[in-house]
Order: sequence, then C-alpha cells, then structure tokens
Amino acid sequence: MTQTPSQTVGPYFAYGLSPQQYLYNHTSIASGNLRTSNTQGEPITIKGRVLDGQGNAIPDAMIEIWQADAKGQYNPTDSDFKGFGRFGTGTDPEAQFIFQTIKPASVDGQAPHITVVVFMRGLLTHAYTRLYFSDETAENQKDIVLSTVPEERKNTLIAQRQETPEGIVYQWDIVMQGEQETVFFDV
Amino acid sequence: MNHNQRDWEVHPPYLYPDYKSTVFRAPSKPLIPMKHTLSESTGPVYGQESVGKYDNDLTKNGIRNGEPLGERIVVSGRILDIDGRPIKNTLVEIWQANAAGRYIHKVDQHNAPLDPNFFGGGRCVTDENGRYTFMTIKPGAYPWGNHPNAWRPNHIHFSLFGSNITNRLVTQMYFPGDPLLQYDPIYQGVPEKARHLLVSQFDLSLTQPDFALGYNFDIVLRGHNATPFENQ
Ligand SMILES: [Fe+2]
Repeated sequence: MTQTPSQTVGPYFAYGLSPQQYLYNHTSIASGNLRTSNTQGEPITIKGRVLDGQGNAIPDAMIEIWQADAKGQYNPTDSDFKGFGRFGTGTDPEAQFIFQTIKPASVDGQAPHITVVVFMRGLLTHAYTRLYFSDETAENQKDIVLSTVPEERKNTLIAQRQETPEGIVYQWDIVMQGEQETVFFDV
Repeated sequence: MNHNQRDWEVHPPYLYPDYKSTVFRAPSKPLIPMKHTLSESTGPVYGQESVGKYDNDLTKNGIRNGEPLGERIVVSGRILDIDGRPIKNTLVEIWQANAAGRYIHKVDQHNAPLDPNFFGGGRCVTDENGRYTFMTIKPGAYPWGNHPNAWRPNHIHFSLFGSNITNRLVTQMYFPGDPLLQYDPIYQGVPEKARHLLVSQFDLSLTQPDFALGYNFDIVLRGHNATPFENQ
C-alpha cells in the first residue's frame, strides 16, 4: 500500500492537539510536563526556540519529544512515566518550547538522547531530529547516530546544560535553515 | 526505498514556494539518513483511557445551548500499515473549522461567525479492525493570506500515532469534487500521483438515514515491521 501523504499542522492546531496549554476547554493527551514528583531520575527542563531562516522565533510550531526513562526503558511498565511530551510555542512570550522531564539513561549503548519531532505552519512534512546532552561528551563521541553527522554540525544537536536557581536547564534552539541549521534526519 | 522509510515520492517536499510559509521554514540541507534503533521502533501508547465520552462526536462535545449549525457528517475509515494490516487501538486526533469556515482558535481572524455549540476538536481510538469513526459537521472553506483570493478547500486535520514514533503522521482530509483543490498549494504540494489519497470518498453505507451523510477516509502509516538494527 502507499503511505498517506503528510500535510502541514497549520496555524490552528492548538485547540485540537494542545488545548490545555492554550487554555481551551478540552483535555490534552500530553503536555510539556512529563514527570511527577515520583518519577525517578534527574529532573531537568528543556528550553529553546524554533528559528526560521531569517532568525525569527516561530510562535506557531509544535514540538513533540519521545524519550526513555532514567533506566533506559521506553514505555516502562513499572512507572507512570510516559516518555512523550507535546508543547506549542504559542504560549511563551519568547516563543519557547518548555519541557519538564527527567534526563533519560542510555539505550542500547547509544548516548542519552531524546527524539524530537517538529511540526509547524509552513512545514508540509514533519521533521525529525535528536537532542543530546552537553555533559555526556564521552558518550556522545561514540554514539552511532551522532557519528553519521558531519563534525561541524554535531553542535546543533547538543543541548547546553545550565545550573539555574530553578534547577537544571538544557538550552537548545532548533534552527530550520541556514548556517547553523539543525541536523534533521531521514528517519 | 526501504520498507519502513518515509516515501518521499508521496510526501510533500519541505520547500514548496507556492506555499509561501515554506520559504523560510523548510530545512535547506539534505536530511541525514538514520538507521532505526530502539528509539525509532518504539512510541507512545494512547488507548481508550485517553478518550472522553463525547470526544468522537463533534456535534455534541461543544454544545452549550443547542445543536451546532451545518451539515452533519460521519467520517470513518481504517488505519492500516503499509502491508494493509489494521493498526488497532491507536489514537486518532482531529480538528477543523465550523460550517462557516471559522476556527475557534484565538488567532483566526476570518470574518465568519463562531458557532457557540461547536468546538471543532475530537479524538478516538481505532477498533479491532483499525476503524475510527467521528460524527461531525462539514467544515466550511476559509480564506487565507498565502496569495490574493486564496481559499483553503474544506478539510479536516488528522493526527496519528500508529505503532511507533516513525509512524507519526499529521495530515488533512479533503472532500470529493472540491473545486478549490486545484488552487490550494498545501494540497498541490503533494506529488501528483499521491494527491488522491488525501480525498475522502462519499460512502452511502456510512450514511445514517434521515440524519447524516458519510465519508470514508483510510490512512496508511508506515507500520511496525522494523525491528531494531534490521537495516544495519
Ligand atoms: Fe485548516
């Protein structure tokens, strides 16, 4: 059979896909908060903007993340950690995406990472990328996926760890086009 | 093409200049091929517990003081993988404009009336045969700023998970015979041979006599036959 073609998420996804974040009167299946006070692992916040080819922050993108838990398991059966987050860039004044999660452990010998899916008006087909962690230099160096990325572009996949009064923040912008364009994968 | 890769002969390219917003948002460097690992062969699972009582009935889930206006329709179809196998128990999310072509979204400035009894968002989970069914109102066409006198054809937005994160699909369902399709750069961005896959079919068997017309829209996702490292 033939795959059904993709279409853009458009400008009006918020009340359908992320209603609670945007204060519509409907439940959401997922949000920017993946953890509870019971979730094992190091609590972290991931923050960044999505920048277009002119350097402007995009306020109508939707970012989804998919990650393993602190034991390196996807869909763990022994906890309520779902590993999936969804956040639109339309509610933060600086058009940031913000995820409250935990740092994943390594899976299958890969460096700890998060799968990131990017949707927006103007993107007819969603884009896949990965987020890696700046404090995992040794692991990153031997990662089988990072090793396929040209050396000068690897930095676009590495979120920078910052210690802030609110806790550990990883800062990571997604750049759609240009010199510093984020690496997107054909997954 | 590997069985589980995205089929770029059917998906729209990132850059499609007739759709102006693609110009500064399309990735410009080639995608880097990635062999699937456990991270790609897994994905979130949302079942029946994520769906509320009227979530699949958009003629009811926004009611405040009466029935929503417009033409009631049934929209139903099967979610299949590339081998034609049903994808059971997978979440389907939809959103759409009301009968007048107006979204409830706060930034929609189109000068058409909101319907106090229509929300426009819904979700459901596929059954054992991979079938989903929504009751809704036929969405209206609406103007947009892409080019002078630009109108979006009638459409319903769909979001699907399938069996792993590489199955993720966001798309739009159109209606048969819509004269606006030929002018719509979002629809036209799909390679020609695949465009018909986005057009639903009128289906008399889905019609509810004396109540609502029926449209069938099947969706094919990439499926779950990739095992970790099989491509290596
Ligand atoms: Fe739309």
